[in-house]
Amino acid sequence: MNGVGLALRALDHGERRLEHRFLAAAQRHRTEHEFCHVAGDLARWSREHHTRLVAVAAQRGLNLRWPSSNRSSDLLAGVRTRAAEAVGRRPEPGLLLLRDLRELYLAASRNSLHWEMLAQAAQATRDTGLLDVVSRCHPQTLRQVRWTNTMIKTLSPQVLTGL
Amino acid sequence: MDASVDRIADPWGGRTPYGPGTAWPVRTDTYLEDGVAPQDVDQWVQTSSLLHSNGDAMDVAVRDGRIVGVRGRGADRVNRGRLGPKDLFGWQAVASPARLTRPLVRDGDRLVECDWPTAMDRVVTRSKELLRQRGPSSIGFYTSGQLFLEEYYTLTVIARAGIGTNHLDGNTRLCTATAGEALKETFGCDGQPGSYTDVDHADTIALFGHNMAETQPVLWARVLDRLAGTAPPRLVCVDPRPTPVARRAQVHLAPRGGTNVALLNALLHEIIRTDRVDHAYVRAHTVGFEELADRVADCTPEWAARICDVPARAISEAADVIGTAERLLSTVLQGVYQSHQATAAAVQVNNLHLLRGMLGRPGCGLLQMNGQPTAQNTRECGANGDLPGFRNWENDAHVAELARVWNVAPEAIPHYAPPTPAMQMFRFAEAGSLRMLWISGTNPAVSLPELARVRAILAQERLFTVVQDLFLTETARLADVVLPAATWAEKTGTFTNADRTVHLSEKAVDPPGLARADLDILLDYARRMDFRDRDGQPLVHWHDPPSAFEAWKLCSAGRPCDYTGLSYERLRGGSGIQWPCTDQAPEGTERLYTDGITWAGADVSETYGRDLVTGASVSEVEYRALNPDGKAVLKAAEYLPPHEETSEEFPLQLNTGRTLYHFHTRTKTGRVPQLDAAAPDVWAELSPAEAEARGLAEGDLVEVTTRRGSVRGRLRVTAIRDGMVFLPFHYGYWDAPGGDRPAVGGAGRAANETTVTDWDPVSKQPLFKISAARITLVEHGDGTPAPAPTTTASAPVAPADVPATVGGALAHASQVVPDAEAGDGSRS
Repeated sequence: MNGVGLALRALDHGERRLEHRFLAAAQRHRTEHEFCHVAGDLARWSREHHTRLVAVAAQRGLNLRWPSSNRSSDLLAGVRTRAAEAVGRRPEPGLLLLRDLRELYLAASRNSLHWEMLAQAAQATRDTGLLDVVSRCHPQTLRQVRWTNTMIKTLSPQVLTGL
Repeated sequence: MDASVDRIADPWGGRTPYGPGTAWPVRTDTYLEDGVAPQDVDQWVQTSSLLHSNGDAMDVAVRDGRIVGVRGRGADRVNRGRLGPKDLFGWQAVASPARLTRPLVRDGDRLVECDWPTAMDRVVTRSKELLRQRGPSSIGFYTSGQLFLEEYYTLTVIARAGIGTNHLDGNTRLCTATAGEALKETFGCDGQPGSYTDVDHADTIALFGHNMAETQPVLWARVLDRLAGTAPPRLVCVDPRPTPVARRAQVHLAPRGGTNVALLNALLHEIIRTDRVDHAYVRAHTVGFEELADRVADCTPEWAARICDVPARAISEAADVIGTAERLLSTVLQGVYQSHQATAAAVQVNNLHLLRGMLGRPGCGLLQMNGQPTAQNTRECGANGDLPGFRNWENDAHVAELARVWNVAPEAIPHYAPPTPAMQMFRFAEAGSLRMLWISGTNPAVSLPELARVRAILAQERLFTVVQDLFLTETARLADVVLPAATWAEKTGTFTNADRTVHLSEKAVDPPGLARADLDILLDYARRMDFRDRDGQPLVHWHDPPSAFEAWKLCSAGRPCDYTGLSYERLRGGSGIQWPCTDQAPEGTERLYTDGITWAGADVSETYGRDLVTGASVSEVEYRALNPDGKAVLKAAEYLPPHEETSEEFPLQLNTGRTLYHFHTRTKTGRVPQLDAAAPDVWAELSPAEAEARGLAEGDLVEVTTRRGSVRGRLRVTAIRDGMVFLPFHYGYWDAPGGDRPAVGGAGRAANETTVTDWDPVSKQPLFKISAARITLVEHGDGTPAPAPTTTASAPVAPADVPATVGGALAHASQVVPDAEAGDGSRS
């Protein structure tokens, strides 16, 4: 595996993790309606990125497919949802939401840097197929970064001063 | 024409046909209570309608200190003398015996009457206590779309500079937030581009999710008169229901709920594919064409047809009509604003006009409509989540300018984050960080989504709730302090309609009992709180409506909504006047953007923009790079599936909305005999195929259920699209056994028992039109039809089985057309 392969694998891993984090956080914060709905939409982008990465890697003889996800995460999802609803009338989960937003921001930023690396490599090797994938996906990753940043800006004042 | 017409049976009245480019003829509508003749009227007092956003100018008839009727103002540019059914009959609610006449304070489970000092003392004591213990962010204000400009401006100064809270919003969040946001995204700044007079010139009128016939019946009468005249315009209608607009449309598209972006992207695709683009206009006045063209490149009519469930050729035909228009007027309302991807869709309508270069000329108008009579002022005055005068909270120069107007330090005005939208405020109250909520002129216990949740929030002991209203609404019953307010015709002030026309509304009669004007309540609060400016002088230094108006004029100076050329004297008599009205434009301004885009530059714009899908802020640096010359922005958006999809358990899309005869939660219109009788109770609408599949028929008692709750009503079978059930949202509990909620063991009556808590991430407007639902039979009817009007989108598919909606003798209003006007431009 060459360096591009390593970067593809790292990014694919990052996109899978980000999708999972968005979905888990959406369940954890069911009562934060805007966060919950938009996080679900943004998880879809990471899933699509994964699909595209698998395809572009396959063209290069690289297998990025993961074993299908196990059931335990679905069981956990129900627990997370019920826990969210039970504590929905307390202010402390706001802190947890800020923590989740911070982690999502960092995870999306990490993916953004990997897209950047792939874009540079694709240009250096005139790999138009890869460049096409990057130019489709990277803007969406940047939008994930901007959204988490906007949410942190908007919610921090109330969460941190309203305890 | 001089006639008496049953205006419940015929909501739009008689025709006065006219041709393109000619003036809309005058028709003066009058309704006086039984036994009163015009010569019996002591005084006619000038005002404008407060029961919808059209701004129909009228005079109130007063006799012996009572209102006895109304008459349209023929001289006014908006309605040329016409009035709609709510205008003609709605005034009767002002004298309802159910009006609040004394303040109330909570004593355990009860609300008890008291005097003003007692009530205000409770409010002031709690305000000061919270400011001391928890800070300004523990206090929030949730206001209305029905107060007056002077009142919103005063409230804004109190909330933002007095208390110093970021939590001030209006129920305009539910009706007009997307209109404002869509204009901001495209043109950098709020401000209605078009004018109602564009109806007089248009050759094509496209209505997107806008049932104009019911929401603005007088504007629809204007369209009907064009349709009856020479060279009538072609109509394109996007609406899942068989509205009166749909019935007159050349092309009617009835898409699946939540798919507006897909449909509009396909229309844009076709406009670009057929090269009906005004390239010179696009080059001169826009940025972003390549990105938009790229975004819609794959959005063919066939692609959209699969998502929207409308025929591809109908989409092509609609694009053809819009693409060949020479004078295109588009209007947008709740079918877009309260549905999935609200702002993204509304912005695509702006894009249609920019691509076609159809702005700023007669007939080339864009009307992002408002739902409420004074929603425009909530937006202008900064009571709806923006700073006053369409100033940008992220622009330090704008904040400094506002601080100079108010003579406070810039830091005294919260501008560290976007002003908090209503739904988020309720969330803060739910989580316990917001401890006082002052609700004025709105009824969230019926109008917000997911009512069980809203009631639980309002009923919390830790939340101190002040409700300022005319009646003991469902919300007032949950309050800690209830303040009785004066209403329209009992107080003086100004307000502005959806096409920027400012009207003066004068006091005609005294309010009942101890009820006071909203302005007086707010001024009293400011005095008691002793808010001061940076020189130690009173922060709120005005004392009555005219002085409040003068204060607002200073604040509006130099901004798009410039009122400096207006005064009460200028607004008295004659016609309303459209802002901006200045020394340079003393007669007001009919259309914006007649000479290019003027408020999109980064230094003057109200916003730097947001991501249309996520709502993420665009930074100042990014905006300057994207739009260095301050042009209109062609913003593209991809279609996303709705968040709550239908399933086996909930196979139908639930759509909620209004009917012509009622306003909001019926606090007024439910107390008007003619209006109440026309639509006395909740119903559900379903298509013949869906009804048949479930063995349901007209008049059956059914239950509509979602994951949140259920509503019970009689079934009306209409030509609504398959796969959808419709509920009117007006009905609550003040005239039902429960009082403020469903009676124990009883069924829900308010549509919002069922709606999902979800909002557009860009405009923060809640989505009332895309919950997943099922409908079940409770019991078969006995042949009595559903209590739904037959004159509207609720018209039955089998009219023979349902008696037509009529008003009878008490609903006859006179309409007079001066001889010189009649027949002008008519085909007949």
